[in-house]
Amino acid sequence: MTARKTFGKPILRREDGRFLKGKGVYVPDVRLPGTAEAVVVRSPHAHALIRDIDVSEAAAAPGVVAVITARDLTDTGVYRPYHKSPPAFADLLQPLEKGHDVPLLAAERVRRVGEPVALVVAENRYLAEDAAGLVRVDYEPLEPVLDAEAGLRSDAPVIHEELGDNVQSRVRVEVGEPEVAMAAADHTAAFRFTIRRQIGSPLGTRAVLARFDPEEGCLAVWSATQMQHLARKVIGGILRLAEDRIRVVCPDMGGSFGGGVYYEDILIPYLARRLGRPVCWTEDRRENLVNARHARDQIHDVEVGFDDRGRVTVLRDRILVDMGIANFYGLVVPYNTISHLKSQYRIDNYEAEATCVITNKTPNAPARGAGRVTAAFVIERVLERVARRLDLDPAEVRRINLIPSDAMPFDTGVPYRDGKPSVYDSGDFPAQLEMALEGIGYHDFRARQARLRAEGRYVGIGIAAHMEGTGFGPPESAIVRVDGTGAVTILSGSNNHGQSHETTLAQVCADALGVDIETISLRDGDTALIRHGGGTFASRTAVTGSMAVARAAAELRQRAIEIAARLHGLDARGLTVVGGVIRDGSGAPITTLAEVARRAGDGTGDGASPGEDARLEAIGSFASPTVTWASGTHAVTLEVDRDTGNVRLERYVIAHDAGNIINPAVVEGQIVGGVVHGIGNALSEEAVYDDAGNLLTGSFTDYRLPRAIDVPPIEVLHQEFPSALNELGIKGCGEGGTVGAPAAIVNAVEDALRPLDLRITEMPLQPEKLLRYIHEAETESSELP
Amino acid sequence: MSRSVQVTMLVNGVEHTLAVEPRMVLADVLRERLDLHSIHLGCEEGACGACTVLVDGEPAASCLVLAVQAGGRSITTLEGLDGEPTMTALQTSFHENFALQCGFCTPGMLVNLFSLLEERGSSSAPTEEEVRTQLNGNLCRCTGYQSIVTAALQAARSAGAAREDS
Repeated sequence: MTARKTFGKPILRREDGRFLKGKGVYVPDVRLPGTAEAVVVRSPHAHALIRDIDVSEAAAAPGVVAVITARDLTDTGVYRPYHKSPPAFADLLQPLEKGHDVPLLAAERVRRVGEPVALVVAENRYLAEDAAGLVRVDYEPLEPVLDAEAGLRSDAPVIHEELGDNVQSRVRVEVGEPEVAMAAADHTAAFRFTIRRQIGSPLGTRAVLARFDPEEGCLAVWSATQMQHLARKVIGGILRLAEDRIRVVCPDMGGSFGGGVYYEDILIPYLARRLGRPVCWTEDRRENLVNARHARDQIHDVEVGFDDRGRVTVLRDRILVDMGIANFYGLVVPYNTISHLKSQYRIDNYEAEATCVITNKTPNAPARGAGRVTAAFVIERVLERVARRLDLDPAEVRRINLIPSDAMPFDTGVPYRDGKPSVYDSGDFPAQLEMALEGIGYHDFRARQARLRAEGRYVGIGIAAHMEGTGFGPPESAIVRVDGTGAVTILSGSNNHGQSHETTLAQVCADALGVDIETISLRDGDTALIRHGGGTFASRTAVTGSMAVARAAAELRQRAIEIAARLHGLDARGLTVVGGVIRDGSGAPITTLAEVARRAGDGTGDGASPGEDARLEAIGSFASPTVTWASGTHAVTLEVDRDTGNVRLERYVIAHDAGNIINPAVVEGQIVGGVVHGIGNALSEEAVYDDAGNLLTGSFTDYRLPRAIDVPPIEVLHQEFPSALNELGIKGCGEGGTVGAPAAIVNAVEDALRPLDLRITEMPLQPEKLLRYIHEAETESSELP
Repeated sequence: MSRSVQVTMLVNGVEHTLAVEPRMVLADVLRERLDLHSIHLGCEEGACGACTVLVDGEPAASCLVLAVQAGGRSITTLEGLDGEPTMTALQTSFHENFALQCGFCTPGMLVNLFSLLEERGSSSAPTEEEVRTQLNGNLCRCTGYQSIVTAALQAARSAGAAREDS
């Protein structure tokens, strides 16, 4: 790698201009002439047979173009979302993994509220919604299964007959000798923790626009998805089109926080092909909350063994995951939980088993902090309980359990999802803890807490660690090229939905190529740009996308140097590129990248040489050998209002390690945004279903995201332990803020309420729920003799 | 489908007379008929603030206003505030403080903060708490608000200073 001139600097965001003027182009802003608009008719029942669907009235309504039901879908393949674990992993752990088809439109039976039953296409949305209300569906309600435990009962209705029962998958891991260690432990304890269902909730809802050209047999799709190349593959498979005849474009997106390929990503292109005109669909907020990015929803039965000093010698966990009606992501979420449960702690004996149960709810999917939020919550609750039981300072219990810095790199003994060992590649967890404790003023807070408690106030402090395996997934690729004006273009296979890639990837490119950042422009989120692309998820683009750009830029630089050397009769070995100028060993300018491009770049200029590959364009690709481990320690102070159950956050400090940082301001934005997402997860966000399986929290007034007044000052402290797994030393940071925040906040709430001696076993803690805990604690204490 | 009615409104200083259905929402008219794409629909129920516009100078969720209710009124969107010194100060400070990520909530944030800063004039810059209260109707899922609040306070200072200079 060349000298770091822009890497590590808080370069201002290069994408801001269009957004600040309201000129961002999101899917609903893309306009094609003659576009019809679709709405989806969805099931109002959690579980029901469809006796009949009558579309005649809807089809005759004004402005209606078509009404489509399952009966019409004779010319598509099936959506079989489930994917098996990689062989290296499956061979090692022998998980149970079962698959089943998912109908694109329900035919004989609906299995959740919100499941698509029919599509109505009309000249505009108002008319489509009018007609959607006229689609008559005759349902015969069936008994729904609304939680994982109910799904396991022997008399539970089987939701997918193909599966035989409601268990879709199960995976188990064992390290050391948990049985022996539990029997030998000085102390043991058992708990049940419940993490309720939560929803990713980006501000921009999903939207799809599609156009099919029958002459060329080409399909163009604009979709708010995080993985355009995967979407292309899935669409091609189901619509039976060659991948190279499909272009999927993700223009600007209003956030995402958990993605994938949804029914509508397939149905809207299907409609465009069938109807011979462009069709668009924009999800409304209720549809988004009912259908997209549901997450968490786990029950943990935990046993722990520990010694007199609070050192955890053994941990066992039986995890139930309420998967909803389908598992679109295999073991991603349940196994993320298992592989992150031991977190920053040295726990030699460990056993965990996760069972994914099908229920009549929305599919449970990865959302920011996928599987890890629950892991951090559970282990940090356990440590807090251990501290309480032994009457030790919770910080001290963490100190004694943390993996020491001299043990790094540290193999946890738990295989990762790629079947490779989970090896924490670098870091210093004890130093991180002290950094966070000092940042929050832990010692002083305890003194203040004692004073305030004497005044009858309930203030608390909570700490929690997080680990995050980052950079997972398929290779990422990038093309870097320079033209005769000196303009540098990056074509990335990744996807930008707020992560500032137009800035950070340009920073990486500027240094690797030797050009000024102002000359660089990035394009991404479009399958037409580049053959392969992974996309943005699993906190991976800073790791994989950057490395792909760095490799492409380095190759381009070398090629330009070699051509310049030939043109000027010099030895290529002495040449460098600085600011787009190629210089000799003494620093004297020889030529420029632009001139090399003009003279030789297309193979026809006056400097072209027959047979030479003179393209000033290079492609780079990178897959992380396995995940690189980012970490963080969160500390928060807060006050609980005992009368209302309201929690007021006071201060928040997070010390974190994301390896080498491309742009500290961008990283800070990811961390702070992640923490605030976690604040919502801790205190206000819950997908609540009623007894019939209806989502009661179908609006932003009921599904409550954090607002500006809910958020305390958040201080980010950086550690930089370079990753050992890529030459740039980068680790991901997109989700860590979210991962540890609920654990730290719930710990602090319990700490605040210590005078009431209550034990919190769930998240989130909305005021009404906290009041229930408080009242129960008071009732119990008043019943004491 | 109901009968269309004529409605005349001033949008970003230009008078428009449009035939709209009485049920049509102002946000849809601004987006679909006048191509004002700074209006973002995040919830269509007044809970997220992404569609905030000024109606006779006051911030309003354009998803909760019927187009017919806008008859005879002056509607200002982010596009119409382009070049206003206070808006320029806000846009600059948003950029300098990394106060946006995906950009979806940004126009609504800017319009709402413009209203606060204009209302205050140069006499009294808002406090952090006032800024947070003003933003309580604007959701952001990316930034965690901290950078937006910092940007707003910086813009208030610089807009105030600019007014005193002039």
